[in-house]
Amino acid sequence: MDFSFMSEYWGFFVKGAELTVLLSIFTVILGGIGGMLLSLMKLSRIWVLKAIATAYIEFFRGTPLLVQLFIVYFGLPQLGLSFNEFTAGVVTLSINSAAYIAEIFRAGIQGVDKGQTEAARSLGLSHRQTMRKIILPQAFRNILPALGNEFIVVIKESSIVSVIGTRELMYNADTVRSNTFQPFEPLIVAALIYFILTFALSKLLGVLERRLQARD
Amino acid sequence: MIKVTDLHKSFQQLEVLRGIDAEIKQGEVVVVIGPSGSGKSTFLRCLNLLEVPTSGDIVFEGTSLMDKSTDINKLRQKMGMVFQQFHLFPHLTVRENITLAPTLVKNMSKEEANRTAEDLLRAVGLADKADVYPTRLSGGQKQRIAIARALAMSPDVMLFDEPTSALDPEMVGEVLEVMKRLAKQGMTMVVVTHEMGFAREVGDRILFMDGGKIVEEGKPAELFGNPRHPRTKDFLSKVL
Repeated sequence: MDFSFMSEYWGFFVKGAELTVLLSIFTVILGGIGGMLLSLMKLSRIWVLKAIATAYIEFFRGTPLLVQLFIVYFGLPQLGLSFNEFTAGVVTLSINSAAYIAEIFRAGIQGVDKGQTEAARSLGLSHRQTMRKIILPQAFRNILPALGNEFIVVIKESSIVSVIGTRELMYNADTVRSNTFQPFEPLIVAALIYFILTFALSKLLGVLERRLQARD
Repeated sequence: MIKVTDLHKSFQQLEVLRGIDAEIKQGEVVVVIGPSGSGKSTFLRCLNLLEVPTSGDIVFEGTSLMDKSTDINKLRQKMGMVFQQFHLFPHLTVRENITLAPTLVKNMSKEEANRTAEDLLRAVGLADKADVYPTRLSGGQKQRIAIARALAMSPDVMLFDEPTSALDPEMVGEVLEVMKRLAKQGMTMVVVTHEMGFAREVGDRILFMDGGKIVEEGKPAELFGNPRHPRTKDFLSKVL
């Protein structure tokens, strides 16, 4: 194997990895906010909200990410809504991830003992105050592992936005591949960088989890 | 203070309360006893609408709980509740457990809430536990904190739902002690319990429930000494 191309192209990989990380962070933040709202809608007693959330979750979990990406990048401009390659990537990954995160949040909220709600309400807290001060903080702790896992999935799945020309890690690795006529080594480098990102993140989350649990 | 008329509660097909009439007066300690499944916990939970009655009426300090325009959050501030399983908030320290509701719903200042919390902790004998998380406490300590948490809202009435049933036997006494002191201070209390000794000693009036109804009621001496209804006699013969 010949990795001598790295001396010339290492900057490509660094830039690509940066964009991959940026994509993932935006996605997890936006997807997290969206997912939380969707989970609250799904648990709502107002049936319209519940129906919208359920339909959203089913649809975005039941259709391929690639199709969603093409709809956002190629389809929506027809309706006058166009994004650049990066934004289209963030938007698609976020709306997709929100559907999964919604289910994670829902399970987390439902996993909090009903007695917690009763105790809070019996003290005179409103439904909203109970959610914000009692249920969500506990739910968040319960779902941290699942949420971290979703973050890792997003990092890996973000490689798909290379097909619309977002210059993230996968796209740049592929550019190096075609520039150097080396079909093997540049992709090995890309795989390694993805692995380092996900492995480091999973270790980091492990530390955070242990910190939170140290209180009990 | 609380007046209950013809209270019914059904869970799907199952009718748990079949017409309860009761009145709780200011300063009174009313103890509800009866076999399990008799509806006593459901009755208590209806008093602050943790269970919504199917029909009937509950009037608390002149306001009907069944009236759609009633702000139940406001009324619950005046009704403290203590649960069998404590339900302390595990992500908050003891102090935060106690100060949360006063600061959040009564807009009490942090300093005042902290002072109240310290007074209450001293009253329940746990002044040294203010900054501890609930998992570090024994069952008896948890329940005393739960009582302090409810008292921090300075309620007009305290509802106790089998407060000692989940405790190890050696911890029952410390919780009952706190409740006795509270009763002596004139707190209006409704207590669902299996502790007959407590009922007899502290109760002003005993309600005996069976099959979703109040079968018999009276002063402890009457009801324990000379029960009239056969079902009361039967129950007491088993538990005493």
